[in-house]
Amino acid sequence: MSVKIGLEIHCQLTSLKTKLFCSCSADYRGKDPNTNVCPICMGLPGTLPLLNKKALEYATMISLVLNSKTPSTAAFYRKNYFYPDLPKNFQITQYNAHEITSIGFDGVVEYDSKKVRIRRIQLEEDPGRLVYEGSMETSLYTLVDYNRAGVALVEIVTEPDFEDPKDVRLFLNKLASILEHLGVCDTRLEGSVRCDVNVSLAGGRKVEIKNIGSFSEAEKAIMFEISRQKSVGMKGMEVRSETRHWDDTRRVTIQSRVKEEEQDYRYFPEPDIPAVNFDNELIQTLKKRMPELPDARKSRFVERFGLSEQVAQVLINDKYLADFFEEGAKLYENAREVANWIVTDLKGYTDEFDGIRSLRIKPVHIVELAKLVDQSIISRTTAKQILQEIVKSGEMPSQVAKRLNATQISDEKSLTGIIDDVFESEKSAVKDALQNENTVNFLLGKVMQSTKGRADPKLALELIRKKLASIT
Amino acid sequence: MDALTLDANELTSQIKNGSVSAEDYVARILDRVKKVENTVHSYITLNDHAIEEARKIDKMVKSGERTGRLAGVPVAVKDNICTRGLRTTCASKMLEDYVPPYNATVIDKLQHEGAIILGKTNLDEFAMGSTTEFSNFGPTKNPWDISRVPGGSSGGSAASLAAAEATLALGSDTGGSIRCPASFCSVVGLKPTYGLVSRFGLVSFANSLELIGPMGRSTDDVALMLSCIAGRDSMDHTTLDVDNMDYTSKIKQGIKGVKIGIVKEMISDGVDDVVAKTVHDAANKLESLGASIEEISINSLQYALASYYTIAMAEVSSNLARYDGIRYGLNMNPEGFAWNAYYTKARSNFGSEVKRRIMIGTYVLSSGYYGKYYLKAQQVRTLMRQELAGIFKKLDLLIAPTMPVVPFKIGEKIDEPLKMYMADIDTVIANLTGVPAISVPCAFKDHLPIGLQILGNHLSEELLLRAAYAFEQVNDVKKVVDV
Repeated sequence: MSVKIGLEIHCQLTSLKTKLFCSCSADYRGKDPNTNVCPICMGLPGTLPLLNKKALEYATMISLVLNSKTPSTAAFYRKNYFYPDLPKNFQITQYNAHEITSIGFDGVVEYDSKKVRIRRIQLEEDPGRLVYEGSMETSLYTLVDYNRAGVALVEIVTEPDFEDPKDVRLFLNKLASILEHLGVCDTRLEGSVRCDVNVSLAGGRKVEIKNIGSFSEAEKAIMFEISRQKSVGMKGMEVRSETRHWDDTRRVTIQSRVKEEEQDYRYFPEPDIPAVNFDNELIQTLKKRMPELPDARKSRFVERFGLSEQVAQVLINDKYLADFFEEGAKLYENAREVANWIVTDLKGYTDEFDGIRSLRIKPVHIVELAKLVDQSIISRTTAKQILQEIVKSGEMPSQVAKRLNATQISDEKSLTGIIDDVFESEKSAVKDALQNENTVNFLLGKVMQSTKGRADPKLALELIRKKLASIT
Repeated sequence: MDALTLDANELTSQIKNGSVSAEDYVARILDRVKKVENTVHSYITLNDHAIEEARKIDKMVKSGERTGRLAGVPVAVKDNICTRGLRTTCASKMLEDYVPPYNATVIDKLQHEGAIILGKTNLDEFAMGSTTEFSNFGPTKNPWDISRVPGGSSGGSAASLAAAEATLALGSDTGGSIRCPASFCSVVGLKPTYGLVSRFGLVSFANSLELIGPMGRSTDDVALMLSCIAGRDSMDHTTLDVDNMDYTSKIKQGIKGVKIGIVKEMISDGVDDVVAKTVHDAANKLESLGASIEEISINSLQYALASYYTIAMAEVSSNLARYDGIRYGLNMNPEGFAWNAYYTKARSNFGSEVKRRIMIGTYVLSSGYYGKYYLKAQQVRTLMRQELAGIFKKLDLLIAPTMPVVPFKIGEKIDEPLKMYMADIDTVIANLTGVPAISVPCAFKDHLPIGLQILGNHLSEELLLRAAYAFEQVNDVKKVVDV
């Protein structure tokens, strides 16, 4: 059964110092309720919005990166509706009508050799937050915290071009990486990226799912919704056009408690913000200032460092991993090995601990680890054990190796002694080995066993062969 | 009383040379206020610190500090302009106890020049009206005839000047709200070019149309006050790139050779004969001063009122949405109410005229009607701008009546909103097109004032004030009355 999925993505411009229309801090997280506010973002009588120019630049950069058209003038509209999280009971946003457009429109983004069309990109203000004591269902009161009100938000609306929840994940990964590379949004901050999704099956009615709090939840919500709609169909019932909410603890979509009326937002141009003219010069300046983006960076990783496409892809999907790698590659010429350590081993930890930044490990650690293995000072197995320790402690690998007495035994003298002992206790195996070359490995295994894996396997094998040869 | 009607410039000079003390003057004005307020009711709130602030000015004068161009001048401020720590009600029950935490930019500027904010003056609720009857605090009376309205919505500011309760006043003008009461009270009132004066701190009614403006008993005073409040403001993105203006220096240069048009449509149908005649007389006087006069037509004027009220009400419906009794203002106790039910309860406290405009504004913006009303109204506005721009290529100024009639009786129009809206016919064009317009005292019919309106091109305040000043010199009418 064919599926159509469209996205409405909201991302906060967390890199801004101030809110979209006033000088309150854009960093509202962790502050006491209603302390990060001023007369303007509280919508006090007589106040006027003052447009943050940097926000306009950031939003334009996002539009350009998503291959969208930009307007010759940018104007703001009021979206009027009553809700307690809106201090003015209207939201200053953008709108595409009457020859005026939002900051971006008609774009297209390639991801994983597929394409999604971008319908529009607009700059708007975030509302405040409703807070409930306990849960929304049981709380007797609704509390409102306006600390977030007025934070700059970029809304990205796609056409319903996705057919598979997995594609949504791939696209959102790419988008997150783009936003990180642009340096406009820290996508890992709680609530900095939100996603509404609409899903319809085989030409059926469209269902909208709101309240998806992170990109990673989107795929799960869509998968649930597809199977829900399928089972509704199998029961011979029709899927209703409705708004549902994603409950991330129960992992289900639920019908919104109140049936939302058909809202008439009475859009009209915001008289307090004069239209901003976009001359070509500004666009050119922004293009010049554009940092290296994920696609270009991936190619560079492949060409310059000889990484495989897959390894490079994994790195650039997360700007912090890519930066981590690049810093490591500066310290050690075997960049491929550094990349392999990051992608195959370190990434397992970063996934678990939600991001590399919460770990105490730095590129210099991974580089040293790679070097120790490359120089046969420790074995790969030992290196993996050491990694497990240092991700949390931040100790240098060489120190841990010393502490664990884990450095490889690679001097001939010590190894010869150990091999002599093994030959003494495994006489029949030595006899076999003299007949059959394949059983030599058994002797090596015994050597490794008696050194708890610390013997340099290459050198040990060489010495075993030498000793066997001397016997015959 | 006469001792209390000094021009701002004269008063400041006397305070600065020590012949008058600011404290004494303010105290005497306050005595006057106490005496006439029961009759006139210009003020909603008086500033308890006025005398203290005046004393500070006297001290500064004595110690030789800079005191500013309005040192010690008592100013009445319309109560829709925010004053830090001083109640700002918009004459509405919704804000009856609201004390702003910040000053409007114009208030900061006036205080920087040493002005004393005497108090906050009455208006129609949220500045919606032409009579100052739609106030939650009761109507203001016209000092020239207390059975009549002072005009509106800046009726309190105009009345305070005519009754010698202040030296200067601030009003706001969305569709004539400075000029109408100036005309009805025989004082001078200017609506500046849109963007010349900061709106930061002016409680929005229809933000694309309105502006704060100066009011006084002489053109000189109005020019001085405008010089103090005009200019670009980083807190208002709609202000123009204009700074350090002095509108007083060239005010006496006369109007020889100035080309003036008299607007035909504004002196014909529906205009009181006496009003039309006084405008013709004024034209003759201007001509005798060396200006040339010709009659002109503004064709788009027939759509002006429809366009104005559509846009103004649309903006009202959005601007006033924030008054919901949750964050500030009237607290109706939300206990036990769901959101929408509480909104309904809290917002029922708007007055009838405000409710009417919110409802009409909501209607004209709704999805099925936007193109039919709001968009059309904006198109008319563009048309009108173009037509006026064409006229100002040939002419320097336009003259017309400010109001087509003399002041109404109190209660006369209160139940006839459409008739009341019609009275704005001559004033709304300046708001729709953003050009400056001034009302100067012109004549009296019996004992009732009639004002002359002069309109100019964008940022032509200097010429506008020059013409008003020249006219004032040859047209001596009373501007103050003992109540």
